[in-house]
Amino acid sequence: MEDLIIDNNTIQEEEYIINMGPQHPSTHGVLRFKVSLKGETVLNVQPHCGYIHRGIEKMCERLTYPQIIHLTDRMDYLSAHINNEAVCLLVENALQIEVPERVKYVRTILSELTRLASHQLWWCAFGMDLGALTTYFYGLRDREPILDIFEETTGARLLQSYNTPGGLMNDIHPNFIKRVKDYIVYFRKKLPEYDELLTGNVILQERTNDIGFLTLEDAISYGVTGPSGRASGFACDVRKHHPYSAYDKVDFKEILYTKGDTFHRYKARVEEMWESLKIIEQLIDNIPDGDFTVKMKPIIRLPEGEYYQRVEAARGEFGVYILSRGEKYPYRAKFRSPNFSNLSAINLLSAGHKIADLVAISGSLDLVIPDIDR
Amino acid sequence: MKYEDFNDNETLELFKQTGGNLFFTTVDAIVNWGRSNSVWPLTFATACCGIEMMAAGASRHDFARFGIEVYRASPRQADVIVVAGTIVNKMAPVLKRLYDQMSEPKYVIAMGACAISGGPFYYNSYHVIKGVENVIPVDVYIPGCPPRPEALLYGVMQLQRKIQTETLRNPRKQPDTFTETDIMNTDGSAKLKNV
Repeated sequence: MEDLIIDNNTIQEEEYIINMGPQHPSTHGVLRFKVSLKGETVLNVQPHCGYIHRGIEKMCERLTYPQIIHLTDRMDYLSAHINNEAVCLLVENALQIEVPERVKYVRTILSELTRLASHQLWWCAFGMDLGALTTYFYGLRDREPILDIFEETTGARLLQSYNTPGGLMNDIHPNFIKRVKDYIVYFRKKLPEYDELLTGNVILQERTNDIGFLTLEDAISYGVTGPSGRASGFACDVRKHHPYSAYDKVDFKEILYTKGDTFHRYKARVEEMWESLKIIEQLIDNIPDGDFTVKMKPIIRLPEGEYYQRVEAARGEFGVYILSRGEKYPYRAKFRSPNFSNLSAINLLSAGHKIADLVAISGSLDLVIPDIDR
Repeated sequence: MKYEDFNDNETLELFKQTGGNLFFTTVDAIVNWGRSNSVWPLTFATACCGIEMMAAGASRHDFARFGIEVYRASPRQADVIVVAGTIVNKMAPVLKRLYDQMSEPKYVIAMGACAISGGPFYYNSYHVIKGVENVIPVDVYIPGCPPRPEALLYGVMQLQRKIQTETLRNPRKQPDTFTETDIMNTDGSAKLKNV
């Protein structure tokens, strides 16, 4: 009998390393975490990137500017329209072209619809990560009407490529205004359901409150932007502080929290959906008449120099840097993707918590993997 | 959908030309009815097509109607792997391993331009697998960038029709696949012949 008594002093405590991913349902793609554990407690998380590295930056060096737009779609496919807009704004600013007001309004409305669709998908995926399958059906139910609006006007559900340098591909569909208005009425009724279903849920509260703290200093030094950064009090909304398109004409609130835990990152996104609805409501009645594009030269050449344009994508600040040597191709293109910076904070957020909390934390950062690897 | 509404009926007739006696055809019909109506997919998505695959599984399109509903997180429980998205050189050995871990009978659907041929990343690229058929055998191709959920439903129905032509007397022969050493160097990096 005495042999069976285990002496606690002889057991050596050592690090236990497990791989999470690249094929794992809650890494939302092909991200791989190398997790060091002590028991169930996470000591260290090391993300491995590159499982969907598609060399977009290198490919851009052999593509013309209108062609680059189609590749930016495929980086952060949930904010495809916003990414397109960044490249278009860069080219327009470099050539000092003033686009018609109508274009600015339509771009802003579509950007906010994209943000809504993205946050809805995040909401259903986040619920699913924590074991609530119902959110998946609720979120995607409300997302389909947005995709219908996109399809009618832009011709595609997910990857629109509707922006071109100087304007839009086509004019908006005659039904566009009516359908967007109908959708706002519909979604204002449905959005409180999100709170009823998930926000007050005791399981969600237990699993997200006081988990994964990110302080303001860390958010700034790691460059965590978007709703994840704003949940820590980092006022980083590009729409507010460096307005582009029609954002200077609308009144909306920048959602800021100071606590910076997983629950507040959740809360920031749900609240942002209300703000997006507000922005669309202010613009949809006032779309001015006019052209949907300005005439551009068939071959666009940017003057020699460096250019940078940033926009607020659904996950944070998306930036495009282009070094031009006066040719029709960029000499160097660099994308500042919000997910890459947000991912860099994952070790800081999850060290010291349990392994199950890692799923909640990475879910609350809302990572899109092709945007990380590019 | 009616028989006439499908494309590729000629190919399906070729699959059907197996013959057989009364006993085997009856058993085949029962087994195939069961198999084709409970195709469980693997939760595997690398890029944009994965979002359309999610949409196909959700409220409006609801491909649970066709028995392809239970997303399995483990390849050991899955029947079909929907390759949704780009497969790059670093991911190719992982995809091959996932396919090997699935139990027979197993099927592959290549969804989207990237999985079929490399798609928008075909030209001037150093990183992408130009078609997943270089790594694993593909049953159904679904073109589009990304394909609509309806296209995925159509592809799934074509796969079900294909499954229904199988027979126990002459089980589905696996095409020659590459072994792991063919596509992977000793250090784990990918090595592909036609990339």
